[in-house]
Amino acid sequence: MNLLIKGGRVVDPAGGTDAVQDVWIADGRIHKVGRGLKAPAGAETVDATGKVVCPGFIDMHVHLREPGFEYKETIASGTRAAAAGGFTAVACMANTFPVNDNRAVTDYILARAKVEGVVRVYPIGAVTRNLEGTQLAELAELAEAGCVAFSDDGKCVMNAELYRRAMEYALPFGVPVISHAEDCDLGHGAMHEGFVSTELGLSGQPAAAEEVMVARDIILAELTGAHLHVAHISTAGSVRLVRDAKARGVRVTAEVTPHHLLLTDEVVRSYDSNCKMAPPLRGKRDVEACLEALVDGTIDCVATDHAPHALSEKEGEFAEAANGIVGLETAVPLLLDRLVRPGVLDLPTLVTRFSTGPARLLNLPGGSLAPGAAADITILDLERTWTVDPAAFRSRGRSTPFAGFTGTGAPWMTLVGGVTVAS
Amino acid sequence: MSWKRKDLLGMQDLDAAEIIGVLDTASSMKEIAAREIKKVPTLRGKTVVNLFYESSTRTRTSFEIAGKWLSADVINFSASGSSSDKGESLLDTARNIEAMSPDVVVVRHKAAGAPALLARHLRCGVVNAGDGAHEHPTQALLDLMTIREKKGHLEGLNVTIVGDITHSRVARSDIYGMRKMGITVTVAGPPTLIPAQCQELGVKVSHRLEEAIAHADVIMMLRLQHERMQGGFIPSLREYSRVWGLSLAKLEHCRPDVLIMHPGPVNRGVELAPEVADSPYSVILDQVANGVAVRMAVLYMLAGSKGA
Amino acid sequence: MSSREKAQVLDETGLDRALTRIAHEIVEQAGGGQDIALVGIKTRGVTLAERIGAKIAAIEGTKPSVGALDITLYRDDLGLKAEQPVVRSTEISFPIQGRTVVLVDDVLFTGRTIRAAMDALMDLGRPHIIRLAVLVDRGHRELPIRPDYIGKNLPTSRRETVAVLLREHDGVDRVVIQEE
Repeated sequence: MNLLIKGGRVVDPAGGTDAVQDVWIADGRIHKVGRGLKAPAGAETVDATGKVVCPGFIDMHVHLREPGFEYKETIASGTRAAAAGGFTAVACMANTFPVNDNRAVTDYILARAKVEGVVRVYPIGAVTRNLEGTQLAELAELAEAGCVAFSDDGKCVMNAELYRRAMEYALPFGVPVISHAEDCDLGHGAMHEGFVSTELGLSGQPAAAEEVMVARDIILAELTGAHLHVAHISTAGSVRLVRDAKARGVRVTAEVTPHHLLLTDEVVRSYDSNCKMAPPLRGKRDVEACLEALVDGTIDCVATDHAPHALSEKEGEFAEAANGIVGLETAVPLLLDRLVRPGVLDLPTLVTRFSTGPARLLNLPGGSLAPGAAADITILDLERTWTVDPAAFRSRGRSTPFAGFTGTGAPWMTLVGGVTVAS
Repeated sequence: MSWKRKDLLGMQDLDAAEIIGVLDTASSMKEIAAREIKKVPTLRGKTVVNLFYESSTRTRTSFEIAGKWLSADVINFSASGSSSDKGESLLDTARNIEAMSPDVVVVRHKAAGAPALLARHLRCGVVNAGDGAHEHPTQALLDLMTIREKKGHLEGLNVTIVGDITHSRVARSDIYGMRKMGITVTVAGPPTLIPAQCQELGVKVSHRLEEAIAHADVIMMLRLQHERMQGGFIPSLREYSRVWGLSLAKLEHCRPDVLIMHPGPVNRGVELAPEVADSPYSVILDQVANGVAVRMAVLYMLAGSKGA
Repeated sequence: MSSREKAQVLDETGLDRALTRIAHEIVEQAGGGQDIALVGIKTRGVTLAERIGAKIAAIEGTKPSVGALDITLYRDDLGLKAEQPVVRSTEISFPIQGRTVVLVDDVLFTGRTIRAAMDALMDLGRPHIIRLAVLVDRGHRELPIRPDYIGKNLPTSRRETVAVLLREHDGVDRVVIQEE
């Protein structure tokens, strides 16, 4: 089965390409990339003139909620949301029910994904049993079953001794340990601690709640030689710690969410729980530091922390509302409009942050359009205008602080293994 | 009269003219308390629902008296806890109440932002009787009324608020309201009980009581919750009352015409020595009387207003 | 909203003579100056009550009790307006129970203000008798209310307004008819 994507601007940082080229796909793999390609008769063609053709985007921080919380999201709905958002692969977190702390759950997720999923699904296994932070999960079997990383995301492993052991034990499997850095005592608080929380009379958690754990985890990574990945980095202090650690040669990487690049705690003034998530929206200086770090590579990739909830869990008093917003369907359009269009981030760097970066970090096939690679492709239309309409989301979750936002630039077509999964 | 609002959610929303409007109306209505027949027909046929999620006999009773003296029908609805207690969600309760056509809903809730949420969803007027640590506007209004009564004016006065500012909705409402009326506000307390970037609210911050109250025209003492010892905010009540409590001895260095105020209920012996609470400096009981007058004024203006 | 003056119906002297006559009538009906209670309706009714009270004191040598009544809380048109009317304070420092009270107002029109004033007065106590003194009766009653003492009867059309200007409030003493 042949497919020819003609005339698009091919941006493939891994291959050093940024030029108008054709992409020839055969049997689900990239066959050739070049100018004026002629595919055999019977080949389908996609006219990508004026569009941008990239290696498939990978969202390495997604909560698919299955098994156990299917009322919030399923592998079926979540992967459709991913495809619509321009993603060809997602890595899903372990805080399901039951927790993905043993291979039976990993097998289940992979089996469901094979049948119900429309994009590639890479499970992330728990670090500790049931995310309780007291005993190691069976990391060897989890890795064997196909987990691409370990994380207790949603919670922080507070016991430093246990976390050290986890990092050591995980070393042979060559997968990163992903930290949800949030000291659980300092981190009480419905929002970021600052002038806005003072005015609103809402309990706040200081940036320090994240930074003390980022510092601790970096030191443990240094001690053990493990690859530490900091999830949803949100403060200027955390960025500085990661930058210094990288300079020292520590194996640390970091991701940031689109909302921590675009919004500050000022939007919480409305008490709208669509602005409530962990870590919370921070102050202006934190957003600026994250943007800077995204551009200079201190932050390696963008990941949405897509965390769907039922409407009843989000509506109500701010302090009681569940933490989490959806992000798969808004991430790429928002960053194209708010960062690429004004020139804050150039397109090749965006592609690196969404594709090449995550692929390398998690050691996944993908992130490249080299011949032989799976034909996971994200095609963008930089001229397409959009308005964020939660009612139209494929995700079951509707909670987003971006409802009503408008912009230009969005995913146009998503292909997984050469098959169109969204357009 | 320039009141056009559907709701009273906080002092932050009001301008000086609106505040004066409420104070003047409350002053005019105060004489009803002295009458033999404490009733005027003004809100006859109007229904006021007190939706109190936090137990509070004093504020609720104050609103109830205010409504009844105006001939309104007052219904008390004590709901327990919040949405997380397996009860009805806040919005569902509110919608159910609205189906009974109240004219005003007075709500007290431990979650900041709850009255604002209700105001968005209810057609009738909403009065915030205290939401978490956010605002308690009728308290600030009665405080301003009391100060104006005793001092004759508001602008240029120095008010010091002492105690747990971080967790206090009274402190916030007082700060917002007093600043709009030209009062200079100082907050005083241990650093653990002063919220982040507090000085950006336009107040002076002090960590020494004697210094903070030396030139004050009014000293507002806040209630200390016993739970503060659990969170590591203060080591013990004993130390707190020694360092931050107001005694007659400490008052000797204050202005002779200083007013002592407290939103109540008073922790005798903790933030106020009993002799101070009962001294001629204290206007705490005037605050309570003015509370009814202010709440009558607020109900009058909201129940009659067609809303913006 | 602008009204133009159509005619002056009382000048300073005329106004003063009317009040003097009313004062005499009140004293005559009461059989003397003692025990008279005048309650003026805010705002100009209060000024007129004070003036009448001074005249009674001059005639009889005894000062009658004078009080001020704000009827806002008793109005029958609250809630029909866009904003609530301003509430002023009622100051009646003497007991109403068992007294003969003369309500004083500047202009008697539909009678609704007087109805509200009577309800307000009743909430303060049970007077023995309530009488009504007005400077101007302009007709167009909507309730069965009639004055006992009248300064001037003035038939008007509904389109007209009667304005009572008093020295203490407006700098001059005169009564004029205005038209929209």
